[in-house]
Amino acid sequence: MTDGLRNLQGNAACALGAIAAGCRFYAGYPITPSSEIAEWMAAELPRVEGVFIQMEDEIASMAAVVGASLGGMKAMTATSGPGFSLKQENLGYAIMVEAPCVVVDVMRGGPSTGMPTRPSQGDLMQARWGTHGDHPIVVLAPHTVAEIYTETIRAFALAERLRLPVVLLYDETLGHLVETVATEPPPPEAVVERRWAEVPREAYRPYAAGEDLIPAMARPGDGYRAHTTGLTHDERGFPTQEPAQVAALLDRLLGKLDRHRPLIERVETVEAADADVLIVAVGITARAARAAVRELRRTGVKAGLFRPVTLWPFPEGRFRRQAESARAILVPEMNAGQLVLEIERLAPDGVRVRGLPRYDGEPVAPDAIVAAARELVG
Amino acid sequence: MNEIALTSADRFDIREYLRLEMFPHFLCPGCGHGLALRALLWAVHELGIDKDRLAVVSGIGCAGRLSAYVDANTFHVTHGRPLAFATGLKLARPDLTVIVITGDGDGLAIGGNHLIHACRRNLDLTCLLLNNEVYGMTGGQVSPTTSAERYTTTTPAGNREPTFDACKLAEGAGASFVGREATLQVPTLKNLLREAIAHKGFSFVEVISDCTEIFGRKNALGNSPEMVLRQKAGMRPDSWGNRVDRPFRPNPFPTGVFVRKELPEYRELYDAMTAAARRD
Repeated sequence: MTDGLRNLQGNAACALGAIAAGCRFYAGYPITPSSEIAEWMAAELPRVEGVFIQMEDEIASMAAVVGASLGGMKAMTATSGPGFSLKQENLGYAIMVEAPCVVVDVMRGGPSTGMPTRPSQGDLMQARWGTHGDHPIVVLAPHTVAEIYTETIRAFALAERLRLPVVLLYDETLGHLVETVATEPPPPEAVVERRWAEVPREAYRPYAAGEDLIPAMARPGDGYRAHTTGLTHDERGFPTQEPAQVAALLDRLLGKLDRHRPLIERVETVEAADADVLIVAVGITARAARAAVRELRRTGVKAGLFRPVTLWPFPEGRFRRQAESARAILVPEMNAGQLVLEIERLAPDGVRVRGLPRYDGEPVAPDAIVAAARELVG
Repeated sequence: MNEIALTSADRFDIREYLRLEMFPHFLCPGCGHGLALRALLWAVHELGIDKDRLAVVSGIGCAGRLSAYVDANTFHVTHGRPLAFATGLKLARPDLTVIVITGDGDGLAIGGNHLIHACRRNLDLTCLLLNNEVYGMTGGQVSPTTSAERYTTTTPAGNREPTFDACKLAEGAGASFVGREATLQVPTLKNLLREAIAHKGFSFVEVISDCTEIFGRKNALGNSPEMVLRQKAGMRPDSWGNRVDRPFRPNPFPTGVFVRKELPEYRELYDAMTAAARRD
């Protein structure tokens, strides 16, 4: 396998990327269109002495992932919209207790049972705000099978570095698309290992952090005998409702994203520097947008693409700088208009923003993007 | 199970197993859960389990709060999910002794599905279900084990729903060890828990506990000692057969060990099967 190239579907690339990143625990529940990830993990994890378990439901599989993570394993689960809704409970718990883990949402048409075998980007906002309360989260949105492999590896690295769940978000098309992937072992710097507490027990405070805002974790068995709770807790890990301590915890949790922005953010741009019309798109829709930019440029329209690979936290600074020189911004997406809300919020004054929503179970085609862009600047 | 070892009580100092900095605790006066925790820690002591290798996982509710008082690796997780969480923890860390504390609402209502499947899987966990017939933490609502006719804040005219027999559920779902005791006799409960923890595979223990402040008060069941003594009238150890009078507790409950089976443990099976797959 070291020579690298394999033809794989997106879901398989996700599973192999996870194992390459050091994932040794998977708990899941069958759901279209993500089930292949579970099937690959069931076959592959035993080869590396990992553990696969199919749990009784989506809630249990997320709970088991957090349990395995706090036990010391790199852990993952995968699902689709209906299951992602059920994951939110323990996803919030993982955020609160700072348990590194990766949650994959292979998006299908919604709401509710919707269209299990049709693509959608209807969960962009759920991925950011799905669990209750103010919370940080990182969401990565790859757009090719090869990128699913590398972004899955990056998802684990960010999860471990930030002690935070990381959501990998892509749609049914990418999950089932077969492309050529280089499944090489990642370079050492791309793999991040858990930072365990090493100080003497008397000096250890489970939720005390330094400048980087990330506390070292207590590994069960190492003698720290720490308490972990979803209740708002003080630095010792014990429940508190003392306003100053509550604020300190939330400041630190929410502050993780800003403190580590350079590490978290990833953006790809195509011909964006001099673009009159900037197209902002993620995932599979960005591929249609890339084709549209080529066609628009060929016919004399100065179009460019801004593709957030890190969808949340949205790369605000990068986007604002890129958007300054544009006359108009077009936001094609496979939903009724979610990403466009963020773009409207961030777009410089005087720059027109238009959405291009589609939610009938078909991907946004390049032609539609070309036509909308021409109309916008024509 | 009728042998009651009181001798080790002299050497068992519960303070060695508690986080004293967490005291005073937040349980109501007269709550039975403290007795259950005492029995559990006593069993842990007698088994010689290293606190560093002990994990206690609990859900939400009064029973869920107990983990915070134990000087071990403790996890206070989401409502109803401690067994699912513990499944992941135990699979990742077979070297830990993992004990789950849940309640009648946490374990039988919102977490009922997880209980069924934990029983079926037979992973080496011990589950204590503290049954006090009520949602105490939220102010006294009806639970799946509330006795017939009892008043709660959500059954103002008395409870009309049949009660849940947790032990029969566990047995039906395939648990390899099932037992029940009450807080009335802490040494007996300790002995049952000791056996449950030592059992290889999934062990389920229901503990009949009392909510004096909310459930007892609402139903005029008397003070805490009176409620604990009332347990006696409801208890029907299998070994006593017909020698006790007809109990006046609405739901007479047998106590003792109901199931003790040697079944393949989940992780051992998984390891054996995957080792075979690796050889192929």
